[in-house]
Order: sequence, then structure tokens, then C-alpha cells
Amino acid sequence: MAYVAIADRDHEQEHHDPQTFITKYVWSQDHKVIAIQYGVVAIFVGLIAMGLSVMMRLQLGFPDSFELIRPENYYQFVTMHGMIMVVYLLTALFLGGFGNYLIPLMCGSRDMVFPFLNMLSFWFYLLSVIILLASFFVPGGATGAGWTLYPPQAIAAGTPGVDWGILLMLGSLAVFIVAFTMGGLNYVTTVLQARCKGMTLMRMPLSVWGIFMATILGLLAFPALLVSAVMMLLDKLVLTSFFMPAIISAGEQLSYSGGTPILFQHLFWFFGHPEVYIVALPAFGIVSDVLATHARKNIFGYRMMVWAILAIGGLSFIVWAHHMYVSGMNPYFGFFFATTTLVIAVPTALKVYNWVLTLWQGNIHLRVPMLFAIAFIFTFIHGGLTGLFLGNVVVDLPLSDTYFVVAHFHMVMGVSPVLVVFAGIYHWFPKITGKMFNETLGRWHFWLTFLGTYSIYLPMHYLGFLGVPRRYYAMGNTDFMPASAQTLNATMTVAAIIVALAQFIFLYNVIVSLRSGKKAGSNPWGATTLEWQTPDTPPKHGNWGHSLPEVHRWAYDYSVPGQEQDFTPQTVPASEVPVGRDHGVTHE
Amino acid sequence: MTVTLIFLAVIMVTVIVWLLRQTLNVQPWVSDAAADAVSGASLPTHTKTIGLTTFLAVATSLFALFVSAYTLRMQMVDWRPLPEPNLLWINTGFLVLASVAYQWTRGRAIKGHNSAVKIGLLVSGILSILFLVGQLIAWRELSGAGYYLSSNPANAFFYLLTAVHGIHLLGGLYVWARSTVKAWFGVDTEAVRLSIELCTVYWHFLLLVWVVLFGLLLAT
Repeated sequence: MAYVAIADRDHEQEHHDPQTFITKYVWSQDHKVIAIQYGVVAIFVGLIAMGLSVMMRLQLGFPDSFELIRPENYYQFVTMHGMIMVVYLLTALFLGGFGNYLIPLMCGSRDMVFPFLNMLSFWFYLLSVIILLASFFVPGGATGAGWTLYPPQAIAAGTPGVDWGILLMLGSLAVFIVAFTMGGLNYVTTVLQARCKGMTLMRMPLSVWGIFMATILGLLAFPALLVSAVMMLLDKLVLTSFFMPAIISAGEQLSYSGGTPILFQHLFWFFGHPEVYIVALPAFGIVSDVLATHARKNIFGYRMMVWAILAIGGLSFIVWAHHMYVSGMNPYFGFFFATTTLVIAVPTALKVYNWVLTLWQGNIHLRVPMLFAIAFIFTFIHGGLTGLFLGNVVVDLPLSDTYFVVAHFHMVMGVSPVLVVFAGIYHWFPKITGKMFNETLGRWHFWLTFLGTYSIYLPMHYLGFLGVPRRYYAMGNTDFMPASAQTLNATMTVAAIIVALAQFIFLYNVIVSLRSGKKAGSNPWGATTLEWQTPDTPPKHGNWGHSLPEVHRWAYDYSVPGQEQDFTPQTVPASEVPVGRDHGVTHE
Repeated sequence: MTVTLIFLAVIMVTVIVWLLRQTLNVQPWVSDAAADAVSGASLPTHTKTIGLTTFLAVATSLFALFVSAYTLRMQMVDWRPLPEPNLLWINTGFLVLASVAYQWTRGRAIKGHNSAVKIGLLVSGILSILFLVGQLIAWRELSGAGYYLSSNPANAFFYLLTAVHGIHLLGGLYVWARSTVKAWFGVDTEAVRLSIELCTVYWHFLLLVWVVLFGLLLAT
């Protein structure tokens, strides 16, 4: 008997749980609706942050041409762009969006284990976004302290938004952390306790592993941000001196004394570094699944991939001070953190090798999600290698606070995760909406984004080597910078504008495909994982119709020799596998 | 930061070792009839227990970070310790008694003694509220004696740590109020029993946190 998707087996079951429009789409407790809500809000703020980056690039590329961009605006743009992209876009989209959508579907559960908490999580997230965006409209505007919000300047006079902006920023972060904790409890507990029969931990797709570990990191690391936010709020509001040293501002002695800004840096980066992996681990997982599906080949070294995720998760807590080499630390301390930083490159490199080896002699289908996934390997290797430079104290010191750093972290945790976000959206779009996207528009979007971001960030490394400092509103006349540096800056700005415009191709594609895309069917990619085996596409409330799926194999049975189809879904028992031809894919 | 590091190392090592034990010697690509029969729950406990345990890990991380910040800030020259009011000892007594009362209630609930459960819940709640009231009085005593929040980092940390602990207890009291109402007026004894078991763990946790914080305040 040939394989029949569950979708085609039974049609009698209909679900009508949430009745009204409000309970179905607004106050919904369905993980799929919450995922889409998270996704839409995250992409919306992401577009705002992208707009801010275009404003920054305009100023850098063509200084003194735009009267609207004053120095204080520039700092506000820098700050809000960074914070939105890292926290409100990537963290929210990977965990709140993909995590919410994929965990119950991939694990074979009907929903998250605490649906009400899950709903609250989204609404708290929305509240935090509203508070954050409100800071643009308060007197003095948003804070311009940089996304790291270092004291003393974050709450000292002279920084933009020192009156209201910083308060709203800290408040918004606190609300976000509450939202994340509520969501995170759900993700961890659902993965641990609500998998369907036969879904052992080692049969879970790597997407779930990545999201699971990232959530654990987030739950343990976000409290550090909360602690520093609360203490900074007290410094600002009731004049305690947790972080604020004795300081003279505008000729006037402030009432602070004895506080230590370094303490804030420790707390901030104790959150800030795991945050890199909170964003990276889900990306690692999703890219593994996309590569395996579209290369029609099992992921190379599945167990090693899982252990690498665990190792990266553990190590990510003991590397934070590599962000603080220039803060005047004990050389032995620096040596320790340089070592741990280089050690964490080992499991990361393992993962890269395994992705490449997955492609080796696979039956590669260069569809849009696959293009994005392969592009991720390029940008991630690139950004990862420059990370090895910066992880060494002696190399970091001269490169610190130059554009080399900006180029590094944009490659490794800006461009790379965003490419995976797109890979994921294109990959699961047919399941989420039931429609296929437009392939041609998708390709245009891909090539403009991939080549465009490369032409922004590759030259930026060179600017860093020249010693061009980051965070400067204008460079002025300096001897060490050749005139060509400015030409390069202008070119990068043009590239940035093209990349920004290309994102509207994506939005247009989503809208057009939603309205008039052709029907996707339940499993257009021929994928093995559970979310492609649902009885309805898009899956209805409760996901699985009247009976939960049962799992009989791991998530990567692609092109198994001697089987008729080049994929065997996880739900197919050994006795029902159709026997047939070989697929020409080499197996180790 | 050492405190946090040690603590987080312990949590991460526990998590990772547990996960490794699930993943070593497994060959997921081989068909495995034994694995087909495995049910989806990794741990033989109630889902809400896992949720609570995870939350307690988050809360522990939060308190450990505060303690770390405390120990780092303490080394600066302007640190002047404040005298802890003796009232704190009495408050500690209330919290210990509340914990004991919850433990007793839990035992009654498991045996199904509903009338004892009602009394036990009331007693534990009242003791916890007495603890909170005592903390507020301690604050008043301190500020009355001139130890204001902003006058010294030691004071600031005292108020901050006690406030964060108090907020956690308030959160617990919200759940306590719900289960008490259910126990007195409701019928669903099974849900009340689970709620009492979880609250017992939470109260023990808060007692432990308080003992650590109080010890830290006394010692420095």
C-alpha cells in the first residue's frame, strides 16, 4: 500500500471549538493563532526597525544632506533599531512565532499545555511593543543610550530621551520579560510532557530541539536583564546608586556616589550573550530541517547536532565577558573568557560541517526556502569566522568599537537569523495558510536580500580595519580615513536601501499569495515531520482531528534505499512502508 | 557573579546531563518497536508540577543574580551596613510556621480530610500575611530610624531584596486565595489538592530564599 497522508484518510471530523470571531482570532488560546499574532506584530516592529536603519545609513552615506536627522535622532535610531531587532523581532519571532506554531504540531500535541498563559504571553508582548513605540512620542523622544543602555550615560543629562524615553524602554523590557517567561514555561513544559505516543526526545525534529534549548537559555538569562532594568529604574527614579558613580553633570555634582557601571555591564552581558544563542539556536534547528527536507536526505549526524545544541546552550553562559575586554579587566579573566569563546566555536563548527555534509550528494531542490537556508550557511560561516577574531583579547582591543564589530554581529546575528526567518516562513507558508507563495517573487526577494546584505556588510569589515569608529553621527575630517571610505559608505547606503525595498516584495508576495495563491495541499515538500501530516491544511483547532498521531520513526527518513517514496513520514509504521526503487542518494 | 555562575552551572549541568542520558546510546534512525510504545510525557509528574519547577528555576536565577549584584556592589568603599531590625526574626518565624502549616495541609489533603484542609489553608495564609505585614513594619522602623532607600546601597539592597521576595509571596497568595475559596465553597477537591501540593513547594521555596537572603543580610 502506498503512503496516504492522514489528510486523505478521514474527513468526517470537524472541529468547532472557538465560535465567535473574537475568541477565534483575537482572544485566542489556539497556539497557531497566537503564533501568527506574534509573527505579525514582530514583523511590524521589524519593519519599523528596518526603517530606522535606513535613516542611519542615509546619514552615514550622505552626511549633512538630511536636515531631519539630527545627532540626537541618530542615537535614538541606533538604540531603537538594535533593541527592536534583537529582542522584539528576533526573540519574539523565533520563540513566540515559530516556537508557538511548531512545538505542538511537531510534537504531536493538540495545543500548548497552558493555553491561557500562552494567550497572556502574546498580549503582554503586544503591550511591551506599544510601550516601546510610545517612547517615540513622549517629550524628549526615545532613549538614545545605545541598545546596551550602559549607565551612567543612559540616565545622565545630555543623552536623548533621558527623561521619559529610558523609563519607557526599561518598563517595556520588564513587560517583555514577563511575556517571555509565560511563553517559555509553555514551550519547555509542552516539549517535555505533551508529545504524542512514540515521539521520544531523540525522534524530535531539530527545530524543536533548537527552540527548546533556546527557551531554557531565555528563561535563565532574561532575569539578568530584569535585575539590571529594575536597578537602573531605581537609580533613575529614587536616586539610589547601584550603578551610578559620583558624577558631575553640567558643572553640578549629582547626588549619586560609589555605584559601579561595570556591575551593569556584567548583568547586561550575562543576559546579552545567551541572547545571541536564544536567537541562533532556533535558527540552527529550523535550517537543519529545511536543508534535510529540500535536499531529500537525512540530516548528517543527528545525534551530534543535538549534543552540539546542548553544548552551545551550556557554554553560552560562560562567555559573556568577551563583550567587555575594553572595560579594564584582569588579564587572566580575559584569558578565561577568550578560551571559552573559542571553545564554543567547536560545537558550532560541528553544526556547520553537518549542514554541508547533509547537502553532499543530496537531491537538492533549489526552492526558495532552500535558497535562504543555503545562504544562511554562507553568512553564518562568514560571521562566525570574524567572531574568532574578536574573541581574542589582543585582536579585539584595536578592533573594539569599530565597524568591524558592527559588520561581525550583523553577519552572525542579524543577516543569518533573518535569512532563516525567511527560510522558515517560505517553508511553512503552505502549511500556515494552505496556499503556495509565488516562486518568482520569492527568488527576486532572495537574491536582492542575499547579495544586497553582502554588499552592505562585506565592505564594512574593511572600514573597521581602517579604524572607522562605530556610533559616530559624523566622522568629520580625520587623517586616518581616506576619502574612499566615504565613497564606500555611500555605496553601502545604496545597497541598504535596495535591501529594504526588497522586503516589500516579500510583503507583497505574502498578501498576493494569501488572496490568490494556488492551493498547497497538505504536504507540498514531501516532508516527514508531523506538522505536514495534519488532517486539515491549515490545521484546525486541536490540530489532529479525533485521534492523536502515533510516531514510528525519527524525523529524517528521506531517500531510504529500497523504499518506493523518497520520504517516509514519522507516522508510518515499519510494516506499512512501501517497498520500491532506490533514489540515487548516497548514504553513509 | 560567582554565586550566579555556580548556581547556573548546577542548573545547566542538571538539565544537560538529564538530556544527555535520554540521548546517549539512542539510534533514532533504526526502527525501534520499544520507542513506538513510549508515551509522550518525559517525567511521571503532573504537567503543572513541571511548569512550577521551571518557574522556580527562573525565580532562583532572578534571586541569584540579585545576590551576585549585592556581593559585587558590597565591595565598593561607600557600603555601610544597616542594623537589621529584630522584628525580622519574628517574621522569619511566621514564614517558617506558614511553611509547616502548608506541609500539614498537604498531608490532610492527600488523605482527603476536607475540614482539616479548610483550617490548614486559612492558617497558612494568615501566617503568610502576618509575615508580609511584619516586613512592612520593619520597613517603617528602618525608614523611621533614617535608613532611607537612596542614602546607602546597603539600604537600597535591603529594600529591594525584601520587596522582590514580598512580591513573590504576593503572587503565591493569589493562588492561595483561589484555592482557599475553592476549598471552602467549591466542590472540586482534586483541583484543590493539586493546588495545595504546588503551593507547598512554592512556600518551601520562598522560605529557602528568605533564609538565604536573611543570612546574607545578617552576615554583611
